[in-house]
Amino acid sequence: MTFLIQQTLLYAVPLMIVALAGVFAERSGIINLALEGIMIFGAFIGVLFVHSMQEFSVFTNAARSGDWLTLQGLELMAMAAAALMGAVFSLLLSFASINLRADQTIGGTALNLMAPALVLFLIRILVNQNTLMMSTGDAASWFMIKKSTFGLKKSADIGFLGETFLNKVYLATYVCILIFIILSIVLYKTRFGLRLRSCGENPQAADSLGINVYKMRYAGTTISGALAGMGGFVYALTTANCTANGDVAGFGFLALAVMIFGNWKPLNIAGASLLFGLFKCIAAAYSSIDINGDGVYLLAELGISSHLYRMLPYLVTLAVLAFTSKKSRAPKAEGIPYDKGSR
Amino acid sequence: MKETLLTIYEKDATKKVLASLISILVGLFVGTIVVVVVGLTKDTITGKGIWDGVRLIFAGILSTGRDAAGNLTWGYNAQSLGNMLFRATPLVMTGLSVAVAYKTGLFNIGAPGQYLMGTMASLMIALGIPSETVPAGLIWVLAFLGGCLAGALWGCIPGALKAFLNINEVLACIMTNWLAANLVTWAFDISNFKNVVENTKAGYIYKTTFNGVATPKLGLDKIFPGSQVNGGILIAIVIAIAMYILINKTTLGYQLKACGSNRHAARYAGINDKRNIVLSMAIAGALSAGGAALYWLSGNTEFYWSTYQSLPATGFNGIPVALLAVSNPIGVIFTAIFMAMLDIVGQQLTGYTAYNEYITDVIIAVIVYLSAFSLVIRMMLTGKQKAGAVNANAEPKDDQSDKPQKGGQEA
Repeated sequence: MTFLIQQTLLYAVPLMIVALAGVFAERSGIINLALEGIMIFGAFIGVLFVHSMQEFSVFTNAARSGDWLTLQGLELMAMAAAALMGAVFSLLLSFASINLRADQTIGGTALNLMAPALVLFLIRILVNQNTLMMSTGDAASWFMIKKSTFGLKKSADIGFLGETFLNKVYLATYVCILIFIILSIVLYKTRFGLRLRSCGENPQAADSLGINVYKMRYAGTTISGALAGMGGFVYALTTANCTANGDVAGFGFLALAVMIFGNWKPLNIAGASLLFGLFKCIAAAYSSIDINGDGVYLLAELGISSHLYRMLPYLVTLAVLAFTSKKSRAPKAEGIPYDKGSR
Repeated sequence: MKETLLTIYEKDATKKVLASLISILVGLFVGTIVVVVVGLTKDTITGKGIWDGVRLIFAGILSTGRDAAGNLTWGYNAQSLGNMLFRATPLVMTGLSVAVAYKTGLFNIGAPGQYLMGTMASLMIALGIPSETVPAGLIWVLAFLGGCLAGALWGCIPGALKAFLNINEVLACIMTNWLAANLVTWAFDISNFKNVVENTKAGYIYKTTFNGVATPKLGLDKIFPGSQVNGGILIAIVIAIAMYILINKTTLGYQLKACGSNRHAARYAGINDKRNIVLSMAIAGALSAGGAALYWLSGNTEFYWSTYQSLPATGFNGIPVALLAVSNPIGVIFTAIFMAMLDIVGQQLTGYTAYNEYITDVIIAVIVYLSAFSLVIRMMLTGKQKAGAVNANAEPKDDQSDKPQKGGQEA
């Protein structure tokens, strides 16, 4: 059970934060199809940051002596770097779709093509191989929070909740959940959030009330880029052992699916990503899931092909969408370039 | 003379071509900048290395390697040109796939999945029918058509979901892409087409020549000796022309375009919009899958079957091909060949310089980015021509053919 919850969170949290990235862009009226590309770029920046910071003895000494505060600080700084560069990268989309009124789907596709190409080009030039890794050690030994982090023995009993949420976890997961909650409140309970949403519904009306639609849309896509960049690094850190190879296994697109599936609302998105994460986790590790802890690996013993388990997340999404799509309601003005002069 | 030139320049089509050419030039220029900047910051790359890289970006297709002194040599390279045409073959088809769907207002990001289903069906038919009893030529035709059919059925899924349940086609396409990747892996996993004869080819499916099936060369191997080119490129070009006729000269094409411009208006005019949306995706799926069939039936390609974690780039590259061609089926032929050329250029860069093939992907991305606002470029071209009443009228028409529903506000 502990394993199941931890694995599910591992997949669900990057999905959740990137889906929220999609919400911020679309609620302001810009379709951000580039989530995948920005994730790839953010993952690369974060890993590159860690990779180059490892040159400094401060961090290598901290890793050797087990000074976990410094290491968690490094993790947070890498997240911030990924977020910053994700935001910068997303400006390409904002500029094209807000200032030049370009087709947003095409602009997003361009960024999706650009990110892996640029990242692989640079990785090949930098390290002469196709994957950028940490220069020493791995994600588990540097950043994972374990019992030993708190000075406890491996055999120490910290209860079910402790085992699940404090042992073998990453700080990044919780930071993402916290940011998710804060930004959801910002979107729904602040003046800024209301203004942002109004630009996605009826920009002409918003403009007539003195809201700068262009500025709001820039804010929406920039926040979106920052979240997607950070989500990309969190994905690379927690599920890919802090490596970047110009690929996030379609997670950006899955996040887009989760966003539509969650009807552009944060709470529904959290639920949708947990559901999706659960099926992703079953697909990845069905043979080692021991649900009630009696030593029987039920899913493995059912004798169903592993291929079917891998297809489950997508089948479930399609099925749920088929039942819920009639109620689905996208922001009204999304995808339409704003033009002050149009009626 | 000058007036004839001016009338040609005034034409919409000319402006579209010009806009695409400008996008290409800017893309190549950005690639050059990246090469120069990276070259200057890296000590291992010399000035000569940078110069070689730049020259390869623009003319890599004519490169014939290095001479004994280490200088790049240039000339007619039959192998590169032939391989370019061979790689262009599936790109023409996936490009057509995206273009046809775009005419109906659908963004077919499902081309990779349809491509995979076409791969599976055509390979299974080509390897499954014993060539002792059935002539190889017939097997080829059956495999090609079977591949197209599989793709068409696969394309129907997102089409039907869009038409009847109003599920966003981008989303449905992405899901079906990953379903196809898993399904294809599964099907080949339990099949007996896995190459167990050659040890080095573990993980691959047999070449179709194993069963005596291969696309006829049609004499192209004489023109481009040493390359992989075959009759597939001619078939793709014929299909492109057929698509041009279908879209522009038939009732069905008109109905598809009408659904793309305004689905509700089309229904009001008595066009069955749901049927047309499904049909458009089926045609798109058949085209993508046909591209896969042409590529894998060539007899010298081997399919790596455990593909559940990745989608074929050829499918995704149909998107830039179609965008650069402004969804014109005839234009697709040229943009596909251009993309394939960049592919070869990338190989030359990896082979002869310190750079690698990904720089050409950066160039493609820049070109697609620019094509997103090709309308702005076209307006700039018009602006130079002294904007007058004629142009003011021409612009909205321009918009409609480009992106129905959403354009039309510029004028």
